[in-house]
Amino acid sequence: MTYTKRLDGRKIEELRPMEAKAGVIPNANGSASFKIGKTWALAAVYGPREIYPKFLANPKKGIIRCHYSMMPFSGSGERIRPGKSRRSQEISMVMEKALEPVIDLYDFPNSAVDIFVELPQTDAGTRCAAISAAAIALADAGIPMTDMVSAVAVGQVDGTVVADLSYGEESYPAVVSDIPVAMLHNSKEISLLQMDGEISKEDLISSLELAKVATEKVYELQVKALKERFVKDNNHKNNHPEDN
Amino acid sequence: MSELLVQERAIVTPGESLAVGMDFLPGENTYRENEKIYSKVLGLVNISGRVIKITALSGPYVLQTGDKIIGKVIDIAFSGWRINTNTAYSAMLNVKDATSRFIRKEEDLSKILAIGDYVVVKIINVTSQNLIDLTMKEPGLHKIFGGRIININSQKVPRVIGKKGSMVSLVKDKTGCDITVGQNGLIWLKGTPEGEYLAEQAIKMIETRSHQEGLTEKMEKFLDEQASVLHIPKRPTSSVTESTESTQGYEKFQERDN
Repeated sequence: MTYTKRLDGRKIEELRPMEAKAGVIPNANGSASFKIGKTWALAAVYGPREIYPKFLANPKKGIIRCHYSMMPFSGSGERIRPGKSRRSQEISMVMEKALEPVIDLYDFPNSAVDIFVELPQTDAGTRCAAISAAAIALADAGIPMTDMVSAVAVGQVDGTVVADLSYGEESYPAVVSDIPVAMLHNSKEISLLQMDGEISKEDLISSLELAKVATEKVYELQVKALKERFVKDNNHKNNHPEDN
Repeated sequence: MSELLVQERAIVTPGESLAVGMDFLPGENTYRENEKIYSKVLGLVNISGRVIKITALSGPYVLQTGDKIIGKVIDIAFSGWRINTNTAYSAMLNVKDATSRFIRKEEDLSKILAIGDYVVVKIINVTSQNLIDLTMKEPGLHKIFGGRIININSQKVPRVIGKKGSMVSLVKDKTGCDITVGQNGLIWLKGTPEGEYLAEQAIKMIETRSHQEGLTEKMEKFLDEQASVLHIPKRPTSSVTESTESTQGYEKFQERDN
């Protein structure tokens, strides 16, 4: 039995249908909604603002802090206990490290930019959706960034290299591997690379090549979401939630 | 062999390449890496000669010497007040920069400015670590009484003020409010309750539509319509004395719009 046809009928390099919107939370300095398949991430950015506790402050540059959280009934299984868990703390940390290389906060020493990501619904690929949403929200907040970060998972399901695994594929009863990758657009540097499962050297190399193409598709959507916020058409009213 | 990759007034995102080659120079909110110039923020392209810069559409306020801002008293120190500047950094307003009156050694400073008071102040010094000194001893700088304070994105302040203060004086005339715009995005409105309400609506509208062209005409129409609904009497002409902040805004606007 080999995995030739994907569970949801996608092509092997095809991503789930995506949707992105910037500026969805009026109270935040910047915000974004990012959907990929059934996974949905909402990101809100606040700051640069005063940092507490003070010992975290860096006198050379501002820092970013991520807060990742899955909502209680976001999964398809049991209720998720709200608040921080071992898993959410890990993801918050890898998000910070994935976004850090592009953030330029040298003009804001001793300050912090807080990024909150909530996931109302999840179906695999949450950390990638969270990073992609956070990158849009940071750009929307006007935080100086040298590049965009786009993230997507790649991997191998029973010997077939695929992009953007769904939960069904992650839990497929065979040898599976799931590799979330975050990539910078211009330099193609990898700022997040984790792996779960097993993969051969050849498949790993080809899946990372696939990640380049896949993150580029996410990038295009991120740019589109940001530009749509400022449509030049004077009669266009749907871009600003606070407008109507 | 230099080539421009974007058009004037196009919207660009962080990391987007703007030009190739050494004939162009990276300006505000851009950077050069090897042969290419990239944008650092979400904003509008602004090309003046060889310099490419980006006018940010959103973003934090960067404190600058000489800016007039509105702040809130958050603490009383030994010889002055700590002022929240609506940024990540609080500022210090020294007694000697706050009043020309002689202050006795044991005098209660909260009689002059209490915690929670708002003040219109000017930045006199900013260090590299963003330690800020303020002054309140120039004309047009004072403690705020009454009215309401609203908060907008500081990048939209030049648009709210308009060329030579045209936008802010339009709102002043149509609503009958006194309006003081701080460069940090805090705006003080004082007038009748209806006037204040309308002025707030108008300023929020300017904020969300700042990237559009012909906004002044549109605002005039909006304010005329609303003013008749709310029965706000017209003010003949805006007073010239109140245009101190307008000039500041205008210079910045020109700088950004050239």
